[in-house]
Amino acid sequence: MSHVLGWVFITIGLAFDLFGCLGLVRFPDVYNRLQAATKCVTLGTCSILFGTFLIAGFDAAGIKALLAILFLMLTAPVAAHAIARGAHRSGIALWPGSVVDRYAEDRERDAEHKVGQE
Amino acid sequence: MRRTGWMVGVFLLGAALLGIVIYPLPMSFLPEGPFASLAGRALFVLLLAAGMCLYRIGRGPTAADRIVAVDILGILIVGFCAILSISTGRSWYMDIGIAWALQSFISTLALAKYLEGRGFEE
Repeated sequence: MSHVLGWVFITIGLAFDLFGCLGLVRFPDVYNRLQAATKCVTLGTCSILFGTFLIAGFDAAGIKALLAILFLMLTAPVAAHAIARGAHRSGIALWPGSVVDRYAEDRERDAEHKVGQE
Repeated sequence: MRRTGWMVGVFLLGAALLGIVIYPLPMSFLPEGPFASLAGRALFVLLLAAGMCLYRIGRGPTAADRIVAVDILGILIVGFCAILSISTGRSWYMDIGIAWALQSFISTLALAKYLEGRGFEE
């Protein structure tokens, strides 16, 4: 029974991985691609690892899969945030159809505030 | 013209998925276990996703696209190691996955810092 449940989790994870990479190919912008690709980490690969834990049980492979889930959940959002911040600061333009750019507005407001203080 | 390209892409993706599900190529390094055929299909789906990442690494107009694609390629390799560990029954494949995730995280942070253009001293 837990084998069947584990393969169901692995199939869900494979679907998320495949469609995340499809978004990586099809989307028009760095930020859009990053948004699609981050789902590929937290839902795709973590689901595959949880399926591995369900199949292997509490032996060496299962415990290592749980550790890998913990590590990925902690580090993947940090890496995605760092990439987005670096891309925005290095001056990569948004897609022309984008609606709003809050980070640029914030930086403009901070710059004005600094000038007013001085 | 654009519509034709879209339909060709959908046809190619569907044909690849159907081919993987119906007739997966034999993977000679997988032992004959209870999960051999399922694991072979799963590995081929991951290879398809990795091929899409390689397309974005080669094509990507900016450096940030390539960094995103390299990051996702590392994450896909962790999933690859997990499926190999349950189909071969060797638990040290998960060690490779954990080490790969750690190294991929650190290299992604370094590349993002480089993209920001402030050097490594901070």
